[in-house]
Amino acid sequence: MAVKVHPIQRLMDNPWLLLALGIIVPFLSYTLWGWIDMASMPKATLP
Amino acid sequence: MANAVAIPASHEESEVITKPVGNHAAGNSRTCDTTGLPVCLTAQLFIRLNAVLGVVALLAGGIAALLIALTRWPAVHLLDPVWYYRLTTFHGLNMLIFWILFMEVGILYFASTTLLNSRLFSKGMAWASFVMMVAGAVLVDVTILGGKADVMMTSYVPLKAHSNFYLGIILVAVGTLIGVANFFGTLYIAKRDKTYAGSVPLVVFGATAAAIIAVVTLLHGALVMIPTWLWSMDILKEVDAGWYRLVWWGLGHQSQQVNVCAMVSVWYFLATLTTGAKPLNQAVCRGAFVLYILFINLASAHHLLVDPGVGASWKIWNTSYAMYLAVLASMIHGFTVPASVETAMRKKGHNRGLFGWLAAAPWKNPGFSAFFLSLLIFGFIGGITGVTLGTQQINILAHNTLRIPGHFHSTVVGGTSLAFMGLAYYVVPLIFKREYYARGLARVQPYLFAVGIVLMSLGMSFAGSYGVPRRHWDIEFTGAQFAPGFGSGAHVMLGLMGVGAVIAFVGLLTFILLTVAAVFFGKKIENRAMTPW
Repeated sequence: MAVKVHPIQRLMDNPWLLLALGIIVPFLSYTLWGWIDMASMPKATLP
Repeated sequence: MANAVAIPASHEESEVITKPVGNHAAGNSRTCDTTGLPVCLTAQLFIRLNAVLGVVALLAGGIAALLIALTRWPAVHLLDPVWYYRLTTFHGLNMLIFWILFMEVGILYFASTTLLNSRLFSKGMAWASFVMMVAGAVLVDVTILGGKADVMMTSYVPLKAHSNFYLGIILVAVGTLIGVANFFGTLYIAKRDKTYAGSVPLVVFGATAAAIIAVVTLLHGALVMIPTWLWSMDILKEVDAGWYRLVWWGLGHQSQQVNVCAMVSVWYFLATLTTGAKPLNQAVCRGAFVLYILFINLASAHHLLVDPGVGASWKIWNTSYAMYLAVLASMIHGFTVPASVETAMRKKGHNRGLFGWLAAAPWKNPGFSAFFLSLLIFGFIGGITGVTLGTQQINILAHNTLRIPGHFHSTVVGGTSLAFMGLAYYVVPLIFKREYYARGLARVQPYLFAVGIVLMSLGMSFAGSYGVPRRHWDIEFTGAQFAPGFGSGAHVMLGLMGVGAVIAFVGLLTFILLTVAAVFFGKKIENRAMTPW
């Protein structure tokens, strides 16, 4: 009978899924959000 | 069976499994006489090459470190300003990038081949990676020492270096990325060829986490360095300074998170080699590595806590919330590694009192002392200073003061470099198959280096608390009309930093001389186990 593997163990046994998550999470949270913040900053008006 | 070997168990339920089938080509593997582990000879070649180049970068960066520290120590104030800034740039790149990345590529090759009983995925990729990394590192160093890149390691635009500086960094980044891809390729063929059963061993899992973080890091590196390289050649008109800072720290800080992951993997590995320790709970340890994969890169945001270009929500989420999940992971490792050592020592009968196991630990083994001191320095000094500096309110006070280098010298040098030194005390006998000379000196070396780094790091941190700025040639502004001046407390702390730096350099030089002597002239280890430490 096949042993039932816990979903989190399956995640930990899948380096490709971990790689995808490891790229997506910081890219969305740090890089993309940071870009949006910078792009939406109004230009400074000169005195 | 001729190539039957014992590989470490990956599931907590199982003990040691015997796996007879590797995927090595005939004559391209050997069995280690000390550990019984299989060694892919192609991987062995590249582990050796990467380790040697890593130590060369360590020596170059270490000499620069001594000269910089003796300049920041006002009583000595050794270098002129041009060479101070030049060598600070040189020091940062050699220590934080080259030494660490060469060692990490070697660690990835070791973990994916020896611990999985597999051959290396591609010899061609390993050569491409190594040649690009060496060419890039040489190009960067020559450009800096030639006076064409006095831009510090961060090279914030609009400071502009010679285009070869950026090209060199791109070559190192792409070369490392090829090495990381070779690691993932090896994971793939090992699973395909069923060279191991169940989950990969914990050390390989930790190395995988480091490789994933390295991919994110190197993608940010390419993203920021390619346009900056084009800008340095006047092909691009400008690079936005705010955008550069955001993406550069995706390279600059995240590369240090690769170190953290690799260092923790080395802790687990050395704990096993030196005391026979086994992870207490595989799921908890692996869960902590998953937290690193998902959240540790967000900590880069603390470099931008005083930056006006990004909003408060971005800063608070990425530092005060997400970063703590990565800190939690470090705390888990900080407890599980010593706990595994305690369990192993108690099993051996060292049960006297609460800390009898610790007193009986193999403190004369430089592999053990280096890893355990690394754990203490990283956990206590590095961890506590890092978490406080990652808080917005404190960061506003401490930003750009010497407290920042005080923090990262305790994590990267006292933590990662010291752990890698401990690893070298096993890599040289097991991979280079040479014995160390002057073993008494080798036993003292980790303590010498650790004491020096602790003094230096505390001196920097407390001087920074007095307001002493980082990256500053003359904090007294000698000759200026309104010299701000610093009190005697700051000067005492800068003196402590200087004394610590000298001691640490002696420890570093001792390590390098011992290792070079062993690699080139050490007694050969053939058909016998290494002499135990």
